[in-house]
Amino acid sequence: METKPDTEPQPSLACGLFSFGVLSPDGAFGQSPSLRSSPIPRPLQRIPFLLLAAWLTLAPEVALAESAPAGRSSLLDWILPQQFNTRVVLLGTLLLGMSAGVVGVFMLLRRRSLVGDVVGHSALPGIALAFLVLEIRSPGTGRSFPALLTGAFLSGMIGVGCVTFIRRWTRIKEDAALAIVLSLFFGIGIALFTVIQNLPRGNAAGLGQFIFGTAAALVPADVLLIAIAAALSLALCGLMFKEFALLCFDEDFARSQGWPTVALDLLLMALVAAVTVIGLQSVGLLLVVARLIVPAVSARFWTNRVSRLILIAGIIGGVSSVFGVILSGAIPRLAAGPCIVLTGSAVFLASLLFGPQGGVVERWWRDRQLRLRTARHDLLRAIYEIVEARAESLGRIVEDSGSISNRPTPAALAALHLAEVSVSEADLNAARTWPASGVRKVLDRAQRERIVVRDAAGWRLTTEGAAEATRVVRNHRLWEQYLVAHADIAPSHVDRDADLIEHVLEPDVIAELERLLAQRPDDHDVPPSLHALPGS
Amino acid sequence: MPQWVADRGTTLWSHHAMKSFGTRSFMPSPPVPPAPQPVATGAEHPQAPLSIHDMTVAYHRRPVLWDVDYDAPFGKLVAVVGPNGAGKSTLIKAVLELVPRASGQVHFFGQPYRKVRERVAYVPQRSSVDWDFPVSALQVVAMGLYRRIGWFLPVTKKWKVKALEALERVGMADYAQRQISQLSGGQQQRVFLARALAQDADLYLMDEPFAGVDASTERAIVSVLWDLRKSGKTALVVHHDLQTVPEYFDHVLLLNMRLVAAGPTSDVFTPDNLRATYGGQLALLAQVGHKMKLGGET
Repeated sequence: METKPDTEPQPSLACGLFSFGVLSPDGAFGQSPSLRSSPIPRPLQRIPFLLLAAWLTLAPEVALAESAPAGRSSLLDWILPQQFNTRVVLLGTLLLGMSAGVVGVFMLLRRRSLVGDVVGHSALPGIALAFLVLEIRSPGTGRSFPALLTGAFLSGMIGVGCVTFIRRWTRIKEDAALAIVLSLFFGIGIALFTVIQNLPRGNAAGLGQFIFGTAAALVPADVLLIAIAAALSLALCGLMFKEFALLCFDEDFARSQGWPTVALDLLLMALVAAVTVIGLQSVGLLLVVARLIVPAVSARFWTNRVSRLILIAGIIGGVSSVFGVILSGAIPRLAAGPCIVLTGSAVFLASLLFGPQGGVVERWWRDRQLRLRTARHDLLRAIYEIVEARAESLGRIVEDSGSISNRPTPAALAALHLAEVSVSEADLNAARTWPASGVRKVLDRAQRERIVVRDAAGWRLTTEGAAEATRVVRNHRLWEQYLVAHADIAPSHVDRDADLIEHVLEPDVIAELERLLAQRPDDHDVPPSLHALPGS
Repeated sequence: MPQWVADRGTTLWSHHAMKSFGTRSFMPSPPVPPAPQPVATGAEHPQAPLSIHDMTVAYHRRPVLWDVDYDAPFGKLVAVVGPNGAGKSTLIKAVLELVPRASGQVHFFGQPYRKVRERVAYVPQRSSVDWDFPVSALQVVAMGLYRRIGWFLPVTKKWKVKALEALERVGMADYAQRQISQLSGGQQQRVFLARALAQDADLYLMDEPFAGVDASTERAIVSVLWDLRKSGKTALVVHHDLQTVPEYFDHVLLLNMRLVAAGPTSDVFTPDNLRATYGGQLALLAQVGHKMKLGGET
């Protein structure tokens, strides 16, 4: 088997960060591809990135304050908002988006994508209750942000707990449990909100933002709380990366090794609840699940490694949140929640299309490569077999090839004189079916690839074309022989089977075939066909 | 008395028969080699790698394994054999405390499991995980080392070298950086085996490592098993292919909702015992189990 080094394409987003020394860990620089490690613990490697993000958000004004004249261009105004408040909101949004993106990766990998949705919906009664309790204790203090968040967190966790309980101890399946808990808690929440609205002294204005979200309502003190919570979640994810990844991949194995899987699971749930709840106010509970899952799903199209997945999801989450908020600021009366989700979805769409790990374009390209290779092999084999069928009748070749007694087989004759015989398009059309666009197109491409040339009598293989044709036909027939000898398939049926397989035969399979059929690898003889050839 | 007890030969050891003989050991006749690392405890249990005493396992109150008594011998390869639904995987999961035990005690090397975890390695069924998970073969193998690496610490080069060595032992070093979904079924199974090898344990519990693997993987796994035996390790392997049992394994454990027989392959792997094992579930045992699941609501 050929060993090819791991050449996973680096996502362009991540590439840009190499220069900041953020992405040193798994980078392919200098070290052997099989063993890569980094002297800096992974969690610490994120610090420069966080500092950079903070600087980018806070510093432009400081940097530009002196030099910028009073009338700056409106575009610059738009990108580098002047008010301190706006920038604080952006920083909070960035951290929120990043932590939600990172935590969302674990949810996606654990196949719990909808847990965020449950937390969001079940947070509503907690918010209402917290408000009510505070209002009853001392009127007017109900809108304390930390208290509302605590209420939301607790009732969110209770909601998740209910789902777990129902799934575990009743005959109700997970999807039904989700639907029940989600709607029940949301219903309770709405009912409590109505109660609040009807309170004589109740001032519930602003509670509604938890449903649809508005980033503008954040004040610096709230943002500080959000930033701390988000930074803590990020740090925890970095620290527990290995443990969470193991839990997501193989829970039973983790448990057999003595990891406290239940506690880890709870911690992960608490993280989800935390990032969901602190994000509620800016995107609203209806859309908060998108913030968790969209970055993770998008990042999956860019990498095959969970460590990079987390990094990319964090970046996508942070950047799309910031752009969403800027967008909502630029367009009057557009809420932040939908904007954040829409920018996130735009990133998702781009990833779905252009991601190198299973993106639509990449898949289409691979399909196309296989189609082209198939057509090329078909053409080479068709020419070979036409020449082979004619080998007996080509008097000159037979004369050249020695006495009757040890006369070479037609296959060997064909291999010998492959590049000297021309075939016409009519011959080729009679030999097999071609793609709908016709044999001519295949021939034209083959000519560009210099495996056939055109002459007066039709088309002729070049030397390279002849060599490849011999190889292709040999592989095809080895596979046919294998099917007949080892899989008991009738010789009349093997042609089609081999036709499908031969294009994907890798060298190690060929070697195994040669071993099974007692052919030496250096023995490049083409075995005779096991069935009638088209031209004979 | 059930049929399978009535017509048992001298080699057929049911759990009933065994209890009445007053012995708990299925040690082979040649003297048992001493434990590689003697464990100092005051326990009167034999220091067998795995010692199961009167274990019953139930899923949602429905018993799937009844009263199993078994002592695994040192340095032997043991095949766990039985029909579908016989409780083979359950046996392994129950001793590892992955499914709750309704009753009974289990000891490893004379100690409870939590004290000797690092001496026991588990190879789950390949189908138990999502192979589309975004990790490389090497990263999966490194998971076997996480316990020794410890909380919060990253997988450093030292550990990656160890993981690579384990991959080398199953002939998969060339595939270390492959994403696991790009491996064939047999290669994935070898990665799982390497993860257990990386633990450097003394007892290996493997759930169907030969299920659906290609010929070269089967050869690789068998040679790893024989290497383990050579270095004095013990392995319990859930195995489906009856034909290869005598060739691959020293001991067998025949299971069908209860222990039918256990001991050296030459003694126990007999047509009579196999008939007793595969002769269908015991009608009453299954029926009572079903009743217990319903909780008497008939």
